[in-house]
Amino acid sequence: MFNKILIANRGEIACRVIKTARKMGIGTVAIYSDADKNALHVSMADEAVHIGPPPANQSYIVIDKVMDAIRQSGAQAVHPGYGFLSENSKFAEALEAEGVAFVGPPVGAIESMGDKITSKKIAQEAGVSTVPGYMGLIEDADEAVRISNDIGYPVMIKASAGGGGKGMRIAWSDEEAREGFQSSKNEAANSFGDDRIFIEKFVTQPRHIEIQVLCDSHGNGIYLGERECSIQRRNQKVVEEAPSPFLDPETRKAMGEQAVALAKAVNYASAGTVEFIVDGDKNFYFLEMNTRLQVEHPVTELITGVDLVEQMIRVAAGEKLSITQDDVTLTGWAIENRLYAEDPYRNFLPSIGRLTRYRPPQETAAGPLLVNGKWQGEAPEGETAVRNDTGVYEGGEISMYYDPMIAKLCTWAPTREKAIEAMRVALDSFEVEGIGHNLPFLSAVMDHPKFVSGDMTTAFIAEEYPDGFEGVTLPEVDLRRIAASCAAMHRVAEIRRTRVSGRMDNHERKVGKRWVVTLQGQDFAVQVNADKEGSTVKFDDGSSLRVASDWTPGDQLAVLDVDGSPLVLKIGKISGGFRVRNRGADLKVHVRRPRQAELAKLMPEKLPPDTSKMLLCPMPGLVVKIDVEVGQEVQEGQALCTIEAMKMENILRAEKRGVVAKVNAGPGDSLAVDDVIIEFE
Amino acid sequence: MKDILSELEGRRDNARLGGGQKRIDAQHARGKLTARERIELLLDEGSFEEFDMFVSHRCTDFGMEKQKPAGDGVVTGWGTINGRMVYVFSQDFTVFGGSLSETHAQKICKIMDMAVQNGAPVIGINDSGGARIQEGVASLAGYAEVFQRNIMASGVVPQISVIMGPCAGGAVYSPAMTDFIFMVKDTSYMFVTGPDVVKTVTNEVVTAEELGGASTHTKKSSVADGAFENDVEAMAEVRRLVDFLPLNNREKPPVRPFFDEPGRIEASLDTLIPENPNTPYDMKELIAKVADEGDFYEIQEDFAKNIITGFIRLEGQTVGVVANQPMVLAGCLDIDSSRKAARFVRFCDCFEIPILTLVDVPGFLPGTSQEYGGVIKHGAKLLFAYGEATVPKVTVITRKAYGGAYDVMASKHLRGDFNYAWPTAEIAVMGAKGATEIIHRADLGDADKIASHTKDYEDRFANPFVAAERGFIDEVIMPHSTRRRVSRAFASLRGKQLKNPWKKHDNIPL
Repeated sequence: MFNKILIANRGEIACRVIKTARKMGIGTVAIYSDADKNALHVSMADEAVHIGPPPANQSYIVIDKVMDAIRQSGAQAVHPGYGFLSENSKFAEALEAEGVAFVGPPVGAIESMGDKITSKKIAQEAGVSTVPGYMGLIEDADEAVRISNDIGYPVMIKASAGGGGKGMRIAWSDEEAREGFQSSKNEAANSFGDDRIFIEKFVTQPRHIEIQVLCDSHGNGIYLGERECSIQRRNQKVVEEAPSPFLDPETRKAMGEQAVALAKAVNYASAGTVEFIVDGDKNFYFLEMNTRLQVEHPVTELITGVDLVEQMIRVAAGEKLSITQDDVTLTGWAIENRLYAEDPYRNFLPSIGRLTRYRPPQETAAGPLLVNGKWQGEAPEGETAVRNDTGVYEGGEISMYYDPMIAKLCTWAPTREKAIEAMRVALDSFEVEGIGHNLPFLSAVMDHPKFVSGDMTTAFIAEEYPDGFEGVTLPEVDLRRIAASCAAMHRVAEIRRTRVSGRMDNHERKVGKRWVVTLQGQDFAVQVNADKEGSTVKFDDGSSLRVASDWTPGDQLAVLDVDGSPLVLKIGKISGGFRVRNRGADLKVHVRRPRQAELAKLMPEKLPPDTSKMLLCPMPGLVVKIDVEVGQEVQEGQALCTIEAMKMENILRAEKRGVVAKVNAGPGDSLAVDDVIIEFE
Repeated sequence: MKDILSELEGRRDNARLGGGQKRIDAQHARGKLTARERIELLLDEGSFEEFDMFVSHRCTDFGMEKQKPAGDGVVTGWGTINGRMVYVFSQDFTVFGGSLSETHAQKICKIMDMAVQNGAPVIGINDSGGARIQEGVASLAGYAEVFQRNIMASGVVPQISVIMGPCAGGAVYSPAMTDFIFMVKDTSYMFVTGPDVVKTVTNEVVTAEELGGASTHTKKSSVADGAFENDVEAMAEVRRLVDFLPLNNREKPPVRPFFDEPGRIEASLDTLIPENPNTPYDMKELIAKVADEGDFYEIQEDFAKNIITGFIRLEGQTVGVVANQPMVLAGCLDIDSSRKAARFVRFCDCFEIPILTLVDVPGFLPGTSQEYGGVIKHGAKLLFAYGEATVPKVTVITRKAYGGAYDVMASKHLRGDFNYAWPTAEIAVMGAKGATEIIHRADLGDADKIASHTKDYEDRFANPFVAAERGFIDEVIMPHSTRRRVSRAFASLRGKQLKNPWKKHDNIPL
């Protein structure tokens, strides 16, 4: 076994690999760019080597620099993680030349699977099901119909040069194929000046399901079940799970065997992933093979008990696989949610900056399920596990140079339903402040009926959130639980206020029992009866909820038990109440005395000014230049003006298309935050 | 006998109706609450004790003798806020537009006199059209009586003004002399002369809101210390402020139970200071992470944002915070920030509130507008205020403390009790580049030499140790232990006794 391994990566995956290496007693070397000087992976590793400026193309993916770091540190093996150099055959070759082990497959496997056309050909030869299609030129409509029949309807007729839906038709019959061919051809000729057309099988209700394979260099190969990754946003996976709620054992077996056959066909030796697209009738077709560790590998580890990173290292060291296909069992259910530094309310724009608060939920995965990478048997009924793979920490910086994914939160439970419920609670318990993040969106997906039922396709996000994400509206049953909790908490805070020094003896304030809780536009009149163990909160319709918690004023996370079921609220401060985040909803909760509530009703509702048609100055600064003039039409992303702040020039861009109606500032003007720079029509 | 008792009830009911239901409805239609409703929200339930409910005016001119509503346009009395006594007056816009008459003023004066005598804050709720014109000079005399009492009460009991409607002309000077002025957005305004007079005299066309609304006074003029969304929020937030304040200058600031470990370690503060000295960071994060439960009551949040002022609690006890804000103008001192902080420091000193100063200051803002505006005298106000303050003073330098601004910001030399610095602190006459260009003027043409001199200067002076060697810094502390160190420092200063020499009063450069 190796004494020292270098991890040619950063972020959570570098930390992930370091953990396993440490467990195996192998020394670790991190590499880092200027931007990652204070990163978590650097402090976790035994050694760290600086490899250059922040942009990855000047540091993490410069083979020479990584090779220097290897020489400098004397590492005997390199784990590439994912992304960066993980599927770069030149890097694998360079390592080979240097006599350093690559924790990944042989160069040949990387090369042959790295090319879409070659990989498809090899797959076909290995008996792997591929999307049927005709790649050659199609002369006329008759030929198109004949080919369509060969493939089997429905088919997709596509322009070779196509894009953006142009020159694309779906045909379910000969007639539609004939028409589709003609119109695609015309459209393609007009739009692209290139009327070449090809036809392939149209996969209906497509799901993205992939098989994890593991092979050694002695000709052994196994598959470790599948992962379903259908919840994607613009081809970026957001939620993954294992197993898939869709597959039956026969399909799983067929897919697994084909995946292993493909791996063996290229002499694969490491962990790898064979991606399939699966249609509504469980027909599956090969998409591509990823010759590296996948981001979403933890869900497989959680249901199989296999530490994939350990296996990769052992294989790279020449060891034989210690497990056979028969040893592989899939136990329980695991779900992964990817936490991105992306603001879901701003069309998932990446958000960078300082993590002023970062408190992931308590991890429990390492306990019951995985000890030294060995499966510890079935967890006790009802027990769940939480695992969080992360590369950041409170006080750390999310920089603009790298992937915006900051953590992978996984839960495991004996059933899918329980794993989802555990995920909901884990998401509610996750505290992130300082940057925009997609936690509310993830919560929304975990509560979405289609996800809950397992009935989803790769179009899930595009179909269910066509206009983006606008937050969550909670049903009344949830509002009541939150209202009861807030009333009980508010009462605790108010009683504390009466314990201030300097009060008039014998004339202390008595904190009342009756409160009106206002949230999401609804009022709940409640009576809070507190005792030693908690509070019984009675609603005016006679129903009541029992709230117990050890929350004290100032706690930013309230862990409550409401009528026997857990409720976790992220608490912020607002005047006269709480700002509460729960299940993807962001609520302002006011708790008022009845008289106060009555008078609050008299207060005019103030609508926030409509700033959607304005460009507001995001920071105090000086206008360097204005790039547009009145009447000009601007496109999304177009530069509108440059603001200099703190000696930095910041270019402000249009968030959407519009016409400039008014320009309120000129070069040299000094602006404050939220000053209106440009107004649109 | 019953009849006599019920007559009292009848008179009370009548007085409580103020200017009548129609005017109450009109007040509500404007989005405003009535004088009594505001008191209900301000004070603990059922704690209000009213004075002078049946006082009425004595004017007989212009037919005034025909209307003599009980109370005369202001509700006065006392009550408690979380069990602590406060005096309150609340002008009733439904009675003669809340205008101030001789008797109206007398009612206010009565409770102010009691407040000073009994040692409890005065909270004034202003909603008044101005002087009662029918009473002429008697009304003006009334204002002046109130002014005189504001002056006498200043520094004896906290005075808080809440502007919840019009407040114009002479009326503005009573709030102006109180400790804090709060306004309600969209429904309050303050000015010496209104838009009509402005138009006549200067030909300027301006709305009441632009001239003296909450936005104007919190952002531009700094007359107001804060603005709230509506009457309900305003009253709730004034209650919250009172929780921080001592009742008078003979008492210590209040202490209340707290649920936060004084020794709480904040590892994230170790990375608060960015690698690049020219990169800003948010000082409010440090304040929130030092304070009990992250609770911070900011004063003048929207004005001179290059300095932050407000109240926190440490181990349950009120502490005033003054902090440079590197996010705005690099946290430099200028006319506005000096004035803002000086007034806050003096308030704390009046009422025995300890002061925590967080320093990251590159110096004073240069420029003609500053010099012409008298930055010398305004900057001196803050210097003066810190120097005369005898309350416990703890200072933490996080990064820059350059030049005269270092001296000003509660330095050791101004009788700072604990002067801490983070290892990232740079205590020097100026930044390395500027210093080098002066010291090595001869080498200005040679970029390499200047760079090397700059490096030498940085190595020598861009740290807290030169100051620590001289004892100007008591201790260099780890950022993550700031809360623990500062809490212990204030705990050790609870018995502090320090007196300035006797004087009639000082002569701060106003």
